[in-house]
Amino acid sequence: MITPTHYMLLSSALFIIGVAGVMMRRNIIVIFMSIELILNAVNINLVAYSSQLQNAVGQVFALFVIAVAAAEAAVGLGIILAFYRNKETVNIDEMNLMKW
Amino acid sequence: MYYIWLIPLLPGIGAAVNGLVGIRSFSRKVAGVLACVMMAAALGISGVAFWQLLALPAAERAFDVTVAQWIPSIPLQLGTGAIGGFQVPWGFRLDPLSGMMLLVVTGIGTLIHVYSTAYMADEPRGGVARFFCYLNLFCFFMLMLVLGNNFLVMFVGWEGVGLCSYLLIGYWYEKKTASDAGKKAFITNRVGDWGFVLGVFLIYSTFGTLDFRAVQKLAASMPVESAHFGVLSAICLLLFVGAIGKSAQIPLYVWLPDAMEGPTPVSALIHAATMVTAGVYMVGRNAVLFSHAPIVMQIVAIVGVLTALMAASIGLVQYDIKRVLAYSTVSQLGYMFTAMGVGAFSAGAFHLMTHAFFKALLFLGSGSVIHAMAGEQDMRRMGGLKKYLPVTFVTMMIGTLAIAGIPPLAGFFSKDEILFRTFLAYKAIWILAVATALMTAFYMFRLMSMTFLGTYRGPAWETGGHGGLAPHPADSQAHGHAHEPDHGVAHGPAEPHDVHAAPAHDGASVPAHSGAAAGVWHGPHESPTPMTFPLMALAIGALVAGFVGIPAALWGNNAIEKFLEPSFTAQEVRLKPDTTENARQEAGNQEPGSVRLQPDREAEPHASQSTELGLMLFSVLIAVAGILIARKFYVTSPEISEQLATKWAGAHRTLSNKYYVDELYNATVVSGTFGAGRGLWAVDRRVVDGAVNGTGWITVISAWFSGLTDRAVVDGLVNLVGRICEEGSFWLRKLQTGLVQNYALLMLFGIFAFVTVYLLMRWSF
Repeated sequence: MITPTHYMLLSSALFIIGVAGVMMRRNIIVIFMSIELILNAVNINLVAYSSQLQNAVGQVFALFVIAVAAAEAAVGLGIILAFYRNKETVNIDEMNLMKW
Repeated sequence: MYYIWLIPLLPGIGAAVNGLVGIRSFSRKVAGVLACVMMAAALGISGVAFWQLLALPAAERAFDVTVAQWIPSIPLQLGTGAIGGFQVPWGFRLDPLSGMMLLVVTGIGTLIHVYSTAYMADEPRGGVARFFCYLNLFCFFMLMLVLGNNFLVMFVGWEGVGLCSYLLIGYWYEKKTASDAGKKAFITNRVGDWGFVLGVFLIYSTFGTLDFRAVQKLAASMPVESAHFGVLSAICLLLFVGAIGKSAQIPLYVWLPDAMEGPTPVSALIHAATMVTAGVYMVGRNAVLFSHAPIVMQIVAIVGVLTALMAASIGLVQYDIKRVLAYSTVSQLGYMFTAMGVGAFSAGAFHLMTHAFFKALLFLGSGSVIHAMAGEQDMRRMGGLKKYLPVTFVTMMIGTLAIAGIPPLAGFFSKDEILFRTFLAYKAIWILAVATALMTAFYMFRLMSMTFLGTYRGPAWETGGHGGLAPHPADSQAHGHAHEPDHGVAHGPAEPHDVHAAPAHDGASVPAHSGAAAGVWHGPHESPTPMTFPLMALAIGALVAGFVGIPAALWGNNAIEKFLEPSFTAQEVRLKPDTTENARQEAGNQEPGSVRLQPDREAEPHASQSTELGLMLFSVLIAVAGILIARKFYVTSPEISEQLATKWAGAHRTLSNKYYVDELYNATVVSGTFGAGRGLWAVDRRVVDGAVNGTGWITVISAWFSGLTDRAVVDGLVNLVGRICEEGSFWLRKLQTGLVQNYALLMLFGIFAFVTVYLLMRWSF
């Protein structure tokens, strides 16, 4: 039997993997993908509790998150492309123009 | 006679035109002719006016013209407490005294203007125009002085002639001695003017008017101050101080000999004939005032005779031809004051007139000699000039005989009148005056002998044929008076004054003087006609001017005295009963034995005819004696004078150094003034500047403290804030690594922190 606990564990695992990816990877594309992982971990949580609690609101939230993630991906990929054109690299460490 | 105001105006116009336009654009000739024409026109008008004055009956010979109001009526409180309206018109007055002066000033002025056209011919063009501008301006002011009918108009002229005297003495202003002499004359005159103006103030506060006639009337009604020194005496003393300055009497005579630095026509016009007699004229003009102040009259007489004696004694030993004449002028002015002081106002004025003729003549003659000698003024370098300058010699000899008092020349009558009146008044003063007369005859004949007689001792000159001649051995006497060139000083540095060996194209005997030949000296020569003509005209004046005053003792009628007398009294036709009544009372009030200051001619008419004749004979003998002594000393046996000079070396040195009066004044007045000036300067520097500097220092010090506070406290606070921000941001900015992952990490930690805090709070409560 698959209990909410399993869903929680799965989403926690996904979230931690996503956070770790954001923190540790240098490639912006990978970081971007890790952010998607985090968002989807949240989605799993929302959907699981929606089914558990017999409330559709969770699933609506999940759909919203997917929509926002899609928009975010479009903007984010645009920024990455512009950055790449300028710097010929996608290394996150090269993005340091905002420092003191 | 309404036109008499034109008389001063014409020379004034001449001065203005010459001064404003002439200096830049007139040629020498135009400037000279303009000035001469203006003076001649003034002379013509004066002649007509004088003629009309003579045509009037004697009692009505006074004429006042008010041209315009000068100072409108100003209410002023008088010394008496009354409120007087102070007003002064431009008023001119023609009466016998001013009429006589008018003729003297315009007549001699015109002659001297003519003379100057030739004498100044070598000056630069602008200089000639400047000279004639000053000369005309002088005549303008002198005529104003003479014609003014109140004290203030007279004062305008009085100051104006002083100014022109200064300008003309310093005409060659590039020469230090000349500009110094000008300053000396001006400053010395200022002392006198101070007295004069104080006298005028006192007159106004006493009488409430400045009009001569009104003052005379009021003064005539006041008692004679024979015993005490009252307000009239104070007025007269102050006026006399003015006269002392202007007319070069002791102790203010020192400027006149130095004034000889000016061009010789100036010396003749200003410092012999006209300006220096202004003091005498002023005393005569105020005769009524002076005769009410017997104490001051005595002072006048004593100062006059002492000046006469002292100046004559200095004149005995001077070697500069113009200085001898200058001391002679001072001496003769002393005579005039002696006459004024003994109440012989007419005699003084008469002598003024005759002196103007013969002294102007002598000065112009000396100018002719100086001209002939190319600037030489030292008589030791002259001698034997008779054959070179015959006209000058003859005319100067006439002047010399006139001043010595040889009858029937002009000086005899006027001088003798003075001596006679002095004899009647004070015997002691008469003795001094006679001694002066002896010295006058002596030094004048000494001048003539050294200049015209004997052998030529001057510098040699080169003629066309032979070389230099006439060495000058007579320079053994070594007292003072270096070579002082008068004529042509301002010609420029390259003027060959002392070059006697210039190539000459005509002989020494040819009087070749022209502008082109200036600088080449052909030896002594007679002066050109414009110079000899005034000499001859003045010589005629010196010959005949005395005939207007033949005294009664010589069976004449003393016309000049009768003519002038109305100017010296306050009487007028309609006032006659009053004043004679007053006069009788005054005569009664006089203490017995007190000196009669105005001996009444009617009261004692011919009582002393034999005395007068005897005195005349005596003074003629004195004059002849002086001439003979001078002849013996300087012509027949010249060694006597040198023997005397060595025998009486001390006296001779004292006289040569003019009694050391200049040195005395330098030691007292001049250095005193300088000392006072330096003292005041020290006070100024120490006290006044010290106070100012002290205030400055206080400001500087307080400002320093203020600045210190500002820097330490105010700036400190501001800087502290800035510093804190700077230091804080130095550390805080390190947070901004620019690395996105760093920021994400911090966010993560923050979330952990918040969640931790949240959970702890949940569990603890």
